[in-house]
Amino acid sequence: MQNITEKRYTDGRPNLRRFHQAKWDEPIIFELSNPGERGILPPAVEDGIRDAVGNVASALPDMLRRKTPLDLPEMAQPQVVRHYMRLSQENLGLDLNIDIGQGTCTMKYSPKINEQLARTPQITELHPLQPEETVQGILEIMYKFEQILKEISGLDRFSLQLGAGSAAIYAAASIIRAYHAARGDTGQRDEIITTIFSHPSDAACAKTAGFNVITLYPDDDGYPDLNALKEAVSERTAGLMTANPEDTGIFNPRIAKFVDVVHKAGGLCFYDQANANGVLGITRAREAGFDLCHFNLHKTFSTPHGCGGPGAGALGVIEALSPFLPTPLVAYAGNRYYLDHNRPQSIGKVRAFYGVVPAVLKAYAWVMSLGAEGLKEVSKTAVLNNNYLLKKMLEIPGVSAPYAKGKRRIEQVRYSWEKLCKETGVHSEEIGLRAADFGVHYWTSHHPFIVPEPCTLEPTESFSKADLDEYVEILKHVAHEAYTDSDRVKTAPHNSTVHRTDQAPFDDPSQWAITWRAYLKKTERDKKG
Amino acid sequence: MGLIVNPVAGLGGRVGLKGSDGAAIQQQALRLGAVPQSLHRAAQVLERLKPIKDELMLYTYPAEMGEEAAKRCSLDHTVIGSIVAGQTTAADTARAAREMQRLRVDLLLFAGGDGTARDITDAIDDTLLVLGIPTGVKMQSAVFAVSPISAGDLALASLQGRIRREREAEVMDIDEDALRQGIVTAKLYGYLRVPHEDRLVQGAKTPSSGRDKVAMETIALQIIDHMEDEPLYIVGPGTTTRAILSKLGLDKTLIGVDVVWKDKLLASDVNEAQLLNLLEGRTSRIIVTPIGGQGYLFGRGNQQISPKIIKQVGKANIIVVATPEKMDALRGRPFLVDTGDPETDRWLSGYTRVVCGYGEYSIYKISYAGEN
Repeated sequence: MQNITEKRYTDGRPNLRRFHQAKWDEPIIFELSNPGERGILPPAVEDGIRDAVGNVASALPDMLRRKTPLDLPEMAQPQVVRHYMRLSQENLGLDLNIDIGQGTCTMKYSPKINEQLARTPQITELHPLQPEETVQGILEIMYKFEQILKEISGLDRFSLQLGAGSAAIYAAASIIRAYHAARGDTGQRDEIITTIFSHPSDAACAKTAGFNVITLYPDDDGYPDLNALKEAVSERTAGLMTANPEDTGIFNPRIAKFVDVVHKAGGLCFYDQANANGVLGITRAREAGFDLCHFNLHKTFSTPHGCGGPGAGALGVIEALSPFLPTPLVAYAGNRYYLDHNRPQSIGKVRAFYGVVPAVLKAYAWVMSLGAEGLKEVSKTAVLNNNYLLKKMLEIPGVSAPYAKGKRRIEQVRYSWEKLCKETGVHSEEIGLRAADFGVHYWTSHHPFIVPEPCTLEPTESFSKADLDEYVEILKHVAHEAYTDSDRVKTAPHNSTVHRTDQAPFDDPSQWAITWRAYLKKTERDKKG
Repeated sequence: MGLIVNPVAGLGGRVGLKGSDGAAIQQQALRLGAVPQSLHRAAQVLERLKPIKDELMLYTYPAEMGEEAAKRCSLDHTVIGSIVAGQTTAADTARAAREMQRLRVDLLLFAGGDGTARDITDAIDDTLLVLGIPTGVKMQSAVFAVSPISAGDLALASLQGRIRREREAEVMDIDEDALRQGIVTAKLYGYLRVPHEDRLVQGAKTPSSGRDKVAMETIALQIIDHMEDEPLYIVGPGTTTRAILSKLGLDKTLIGVDVVWKDKLLASDVNEAQLLNLLEGRTSRIIVTPIGGQGYLFGRGNQQISPKIIKQVGKANIIVVATPEKMDALRGRPFLVDTGDPETDRWLSGYTRVVCGYGEYSIYKISYAGEN
């Protein structure tokens, strides 16, 4: 009998996976619409029921009644199923590929049992307007999850109302503003300080919340520049909003000093924990002196990201800032859980109702299945994976890891293919496209665009050594191709449905539409001239 | 496409002559064993254009000024003009550039250094799109691609219409004779239009349309909204500072220093003496932007703003403006000052606040030449 396993290796190294993406020339679902076609034809209402109930629609106030029918595609069920199955095959999603190339996104496995939990009727049939006494179970879960986050961060109170990481960061900026306003300091304290390699949402949210933003560049060693911070602070400083580790995977060892400098200047400090996956159970916002922090449940806590999610954020604060948290908060009265709406200093609602409840449930289930030690193990494994990958990556010709040279990183690394690009003309983006030929990918969009030819890899705890070896082997192969047959890389992907897209039209709004409705509006407008 | 190769560009570099301007230096370099670089580099670029060789109409100058490179790559080409082979001069470069402009080429590629860029700047107007193949010894100008290979890819993308953006890039030149005496005197010579590949936004989650242009607009608004009535504003050269004056409806001397007072142009293209006169008994501010790809704040291209003037205005009254794209292009290298007065340089060094947009600042390091 042949040893089939052996055939998957050459000289002890895994062979590259042979992969070809499915290709369906699939129309947009609205184009598939066939007037009159239906998926389900419910039987007519029986006479007795109709007589008893009357015309249901007439019970609705006139203003709520639709004047024109809903414009939906008209299709039978099999057509709908085929359509979406085809689209799903044109994907290179998390469940299909070794998804460590989506650096900064903390792609990790979302256990299916947690998805099943979130789809049970106990969750899907809940309504946010139900009386509190009928939703004690989910309130208990939210309350208990808050206690867990308090322990992980060391902070005193959490809101789970945020619909995304950036929503949490925006709420943090709003709380910083509310805090200074409450002290009569609003006009003067109008500056938020951040670092160039912090999560870009920190600068964006501070700006959106009305602050001026001051960005610090790294010092000569590649660490956030403490002296620059000292130059930046003044009586105008409202706060510091920073990630640690930063998006380069570099941990700021002087973070407590940063916090101290800002506190002495009268500002508050917000810890962006989008990169928390390497520090769970190891460092806490409290010990570094932070006043606020946030977590992305869809990153660190394994509930899937936006497209497979939805996402959710959690925002924590110290006791002194808790009056400003979004309203309502989930509270416990000793015998019952309730929603505390009596919060006069709150920044208000940041989202309808109470948050993304299924995501909170999934995150709670994930943490409970791991326990405190398990969470720490998650971080230790993620950091080990990353530093193993770092060593392997630096063995590939043309790769470097700019900043903090020779130092270890936390949970991710922003690499650069600058040398390879200079020598071969092959850009990082093209390496990513060629990697897609072997069933994996990475993206090159890494704000700010300082690191030339960037590639950010974040091998979370979900990936095995074999996964990492396979990924590195693919990049090594592609780099070798760049030096020996650069056209092969520059014309990639060869095994995918769409080879290259012309991105220039993105700059011209008359050439794109993000929804079918927008497309119809734009073409209608064109017709009118 | 037009191709001009400066056959002597880069000759002086490997043999330590700091440049190749002038026939005497070129002869000296050859005697010292210098090997011409430009033919090889130009050919590297042309290799990258082979995917469009059937559609490409290539115009070039005879022999070593381009014809040889085209032949080496077996590209169809039309030779125009005439030269004395082996004795080409700056005048040949300028004449070739003028003829390429007359032919309305879509892109003019040239292999050379700062001197070549300067000759081309003199010869043509701003309707022509130009790209430099890095070949020279001195390449302070921002008109060069990072390598011949990337010059080829950029030219290909531009000719195929895949890149439609352009930017105005600084042409700098250093006085070679002075440099050989150990004195760096760089001048901002002018600007050339070059294709701009915003590689940074490709495949990005933040689609952007001309991010640098938008940033300049917002910087201009920030500066204007916070302009005071009393002081004179001494406005240094550059496209970022030009955007401020444009917003005020004023004409900016692109490579010179202008003075604005109460939203009006008080003086254009002033020298140090005129500035000193204007400053007499008045408060003032300096608005500067780093010049070129090197990050020089003072001492390159804006020597009119002399140490004396800088001291008189005062460090706290210097307003530095730079788009995020310009900052990012420095790759973490500090701003530089080289005013000619070491004491002023030391005094200026440290950290400065940079206006990067409306309500957007950076804290950025300034080093002086010779530091570290």
